[in-house]
Amino acid sequence: MFAQRHLLGIEGLTRPEVEEILDLADRYVDLNRRPDKHADALQGLTQINLFFENSTRTQSSFEIAGKRLGADVMNMAVAQSSVKKGETLIDTALTLNAMHPDLLVVRHPSSGACNLLAQKVNCSVLNAGDGRHEHPTQALLDALTIRRSKGRLHRLNVAICGDIAHSRVARSNILLLGLMENRIRLIGPPTLMPSQVDQLGVEVYEDMREGLEDVDVVMMLRLQKERMDGAFIPSEREYYHRFGLDPEKLAYAKPDAIVMHPGPMNRGVEIDGILADDINRSVIQEQVEMGVAVRMAAMHLLARNLKARSGHDHGIPAHGM
Amino acid sequence: MTDTLLTNARLIDPENGTTNLGAIRIADGMIVEVLQGQDDGSMEVLPAEGLVDLGGKCLAPGIVDIGVKICEPGERHKESFRTAGLAAAAGGVTTMVSRPDTIPTIDSPETLEFVSRRANEAAPVHVLPMASLTKNRAGREMVEIGFLKDAGAVAFTDCDHVISDTKVLSRCLTYARSLNALVIAHPQEPILSAGGSVTSGKFASLRGLPGVAPMAERIGLERDLALVEMTRARYHADNLSTAASLPALQRAKSAGLDVTAGVNIHHLTLNEYDVGDYRTFFKLKPPLRCEDDRLAMVEAVASGLIDIISSMHTPQDEESKRLPFHEAASGAVGLETLLPAALRLYHADALDLPTLFRALSLNPSKRLGLPTGRLTVGAPADLIVFDPDQPIVVDRFKLRSKSKNTPFDEQRLQGRVLRTFVSGEQVYGPDA
Repeated sequence: MFAQRHLLGIEGLTRPEVEEILDLADRYVDLNRRPDKHADALQGLTQINLFFENSTRTQSSFEIAGKRLGADVMNMAVAQSSVKKGETLIDTALTLNAMHPDLLVVRHPSSGACNLLAQKVNCSVLNAGDGRHEHPTQALLDALTIRRSKGRLHRLNVAICGDIAHSRVARSNILLLGLMENRIRLIGPPTLMPSQVDQLGVEVYEDMREGLEDVDVVMMLRLQKERMDGAFIPSEREYYHRFGLDPEKLAYAKPDAIVMHPGPMNRGVEIDGILADDINRSVIQEQVEMGVAVRMAAMHLLARNLKARSGHDHGIPAHGM
Repeated sequence: MTDTLLTNARLIDPENGTTNLGAIRIADGMIVEVLQGQDDGSMEVLPAEGLVDLGGKCLAPGIVDIGVKICEPGERHKESFRTAGLAAAAGGVTTMVSRPDTIPTIDSPETLEFVSRRANEAAPVHVLPMASLTKNRAGREMVEIGFLKDAGAVAFTDCDHVISDTKVLSRCLTYARSLNALVIAHPQEPILSAGGSVTSGKFASLRGLPGVAPMAERIGLERDLALVEMTRARYHADNLSTAASLPALQRAKSAGLDVTAGVNIHHLTLNEYDVGDYRTFFKLKPPLRCEDDRLAMVEAVASGLIDIISSMHTPQDEESKRLPFHEAASGAVGLETLLPAALRLYHADALDLPTLFRALSLNPSKRLGLPTGRLTVGAPADLIVFDPDQPIVVDRFKLRSKSKNTPFDEQRLQGRVLRTFVSGEQVYGPDA
């Protein structure tokens, strides 16, 4: 059973906990496909989305998830406000904490920032991406997408391709897919691999065709523009030639292998545009859909634990009027 | 002449490598008599005005700690001469060799004079100042090494700023050589290590933190040693942390260069995994390394390849540590925990007590040309009494340092300083 107070990362989660989130998310997928998409798991609760980095996709996904479950959702884009006035991360968090939110969804450019916040606030903290560390809801939505598409989430060959070194998505996926007992291959140039990554229970490939041999799932990662300037790779076109996913390279994978990407995509850099839109292979749109459902499930379970701990139903003042 | 006899002591003698029972008589701030052997009544001991029975506890030369940051001038809210001095006395450090990386930098005879004057007023232990090697530690122009040496600078260091211009460094070394001045560096290839906050490897990859490659230290050390070979300067490589550096150090020593090396206590007792859940009190520069590196450093101290252990005392206030790991300041306070932490190595049978005090007291004294660090007649009575077995639990809020950033908070250590004497005066103890 999911017994966590916060969702800071995949590290520390157990297999049954992951399965409980995914099972509940499956039910929310059904709900989200109905005309009336409302449930009340977060009724009366306050959710604050605290984003220290610009984000459109993740933030709107969390916002829709909260609203569908009846939470009062507030978005704070801190990138433009108090940080510029010199306020520290902890002060910002304590200020918000004094407003009694129940769920704090945080994205921050520094690894470990959510762990630090979680020590200072009373509410549940959800990591929506911290530096290069973790992005747990992305890994969960990827897992749900794989499970629904492949019918299982174990004993699969999964290739994660591209800029592993700077990717929190890759880290969370390595942990989650490893937890569920899959074979993980990392494919990319050595300049974009974290040090001693081979000790994380993965196989590392520098040749994409070799790495894609017989895989069930191909996960592509976004290559940030600032890494293309010759510091990590010689050029965009050489990168696409060696590590861009196109139909020719994908042919090395299993015939029914699915193609994933956390978005936003650089068409023609890490992935061929036509392939990305191929509804027979690409599940990129499904990933976005699963994102809302997984975030609903995660927040639902955190709210359940919150209520269990406080010993009374949220929304009812503890002492009368 | 008033004299005091410290009897029934276990004398930790780093020069002779012995731990015999005995007694020491001190007068006028000096050791005037050393008596070895069990006092069974057969020894003829002249009476003394003061008599202190140490009950079989250890008596050792006081620690000479090279590289203490005192934060005065500039950041007195983090540490002052008074608080650092009290912490040193309680930690058994009888000489603090202070770092010049203050605000402003100690790079002129005038700023150095401020340090000497304030230190003598405020600190109960000796303070010997170091000066920077280049002005404002900027790595461009050398300081007035001659004037500064005359004013009392015991060594010259830009601390964690690496002089990346090899021409500047070679001239500094050449000029320092002509004055027989000691140059101390923290070797590092600054470009390769730029932006890193933990040592590179599995832990860094898991935590998503940018890494510092151990090889960056070796490259920095190899470069410095090549310049030392060229200039024949007196050089001390401080704050070494990786096994990769040791062969280069061995070669330089075998070649007869005037080279010594130091390690700080945290790299001997902690490793990268102690950072755990982004605990910023474990953020150091250079970062904590892997366990193999730690073991290699301990071994190098035992063999004498590394000469000196220091605390690399670096006070940081709460605000500079209560930040996400990558943004937090580096450094840890160490004056009060240096000895109990070092005793971990003794209790782990990695080092015996004379070897430990060779690295804590004797070698730093020798390197700086000081008469301290010895239990011999005529040496200054800078002495400490300690119980190596007494268990303690570190409580950071009870530290005497103004800053409380110790990585040993709430940890169980073994060993406690009972008394500290500086020039024969008890500056810390039950009735001080």
